[in-house]
Amino acid sequence: MSSLHAPGVGLPAFERLLQRAHILGREVLGACAAEVDRDARFPRASIEALRQARLLSAYVPREFGGMGLNVLEVARLCEALGQYCGSSAMIYAMHQIQVACVVHHAQGSAFFRDYLRRLVEEQRLMASATTEVGVGGDLRTSLCAVEVNGGEFRLVKKAPVISYGETADDILVTCRKSPDAPAGEQVQVLVRREDCTMEPLSGWDTLGFRGTCSSGFTLTAWGKAEQILPAPFADILAQTMHPYSHAVWSALWCGIATDAVNRARAFVRAEARKSPGETPPAALRLAEVDGVLQEMRHSWAGHAREYHELLAESRPEAFDNFGFAVRTNNLKVSSSRMVVDVVGRALLICGIAGYRNDSKFSLCRHLRDAYGAALMVNNDRILKLNATMLLAHKEG
Amino acid sequence: MSIAQGVQPEGRDIAAIRDLLAQYGHLQVDVRTLSPNGDLYLAGLTSLATVNIMLALESHFEIEFPNSMLSRRTFATLRSIAEAVAELAR
Repeated sequence: MSSLHAPGVGLPAFERLLQRAHILGREVLGACAAEVDRDARFPRASIEALRQARLLSAYVPREFGGMGLNVLEVARLCEALGQYCGSSAMIYAMHQIQVACVVHHAQGSAFFRDYLRRLVEEQRLMASATTEVGVGGDLRTSLCAVEVNGGEFRLVKKAPVISYGETADDILVTCRKSPDAPAGEQVQVLVRREDCTMEPLSGWDTLGFRGTCSSGFTLTAWGKAEQILPAPFADILAQTMHPYSHAVWSALWCGIATDAVNRARAFVRAEARKSPGETPPAALRLAEVDGVLQEMRHSWAGHAREYHELLAESRPEAFDNFGFAVRTNNLKVSSSRMVVDVVGRALLICGIAGYRNDSKFSLCRHLRDAYGAALMVNNDRILKLNATMLLAHKEG
Repeated sequence: MSIAQGVQPEGRDIAAIRDLLAQYGHLQVDVRTLSPNGDLYLAGLTSLATVNIMLALESHFEIEFPNSMLSRRTFATLRSIAEAVAELAR
């Protein structure tokens, strides 16, 4: 396995890594996807397999022992995993977003440089607690505040959702910078799972993405002041969390859509075999949906490439302009609509075989997961932000 | 000298900008207490609120902000906004 992320290797090595991800996907993620979904349980075996393959440190720079992949490559991994288990792929994507926050914004701190090395060694799984009870889903507003006293911090947050919070090793928690700071003056704090208590607020019995176990908790945490990320959360959100999330989420939704279309392809081929020489009617629907899937893939890949280039320029002010934020939001809204559209079209092709839970052409889980895409950061909230930004932004 | 390209904002511009900020800035501090060089983002200005500030400035001063000037730096302080307005009104 180590040859897959040996230092100094270029694109062919990444293609090999991607193949390895597909093998893991088929053998592990895919094998337990139905059960994870049915029981709404954390996909332990999947995440363990990703750990074994050292994939949890895919985005950590090589100098800390990670694979040093870029955002486009990480998104391609998410797309690959999304073809086998939406929940596992979502957990992997969310973890990568938190890793990126530390990689982009905390390398100036000795504590976080050391943390990155430990993340690689121990393949630690990172989760996130951003939303808070009482602020209505606005990431840029916090009620809770971190209190620092004699080099130690204490923090209590009522989080309506902490995806896989109970199984993560560390949680990045947003909060006000101090008890007297305004609601928008926020920081992120790295909370170690062993240094906090989590009292359940709500469970996670949902339509889709059931394996992400995104229950709500009152989190009470403590630790050293050095665990507070050195950059303002406003910058982390604009430069990393917002664009990185929508790139990797869109990629994994595309993975879900890809598997749905692959099932439809297999169904059409089976039909075609019954009467060779005649193209079955459903083949036309397949031709249509294949085009939509291609658009979807180009859409996230184009955004990930633009984001990668912006990062390579290392000009943080490039993120100030509304243009990139608007395009990032457009990607999210369109990808989350397209995943429902593509899976729905695949379902029409497979017919009752796709509607059944107990068929190899089943698309039930895909469709249920797909409907979650528009809701995780609600599309209406995003469109409203774009509507405001477009009043100022003068070029398309 | 901190004034960009030698364009000197008028004192009355700063006063007008202060009024617009009070109306549309949703700041977490009293705008009257802000010095011309006080950091507006630290005072609670968000990038979305800058949209309304910009629209109000465009209407009040009969100017139009090009995309290139819609940066964090332009809206950082009363003075930087005044300089941008003076530049655009030239």
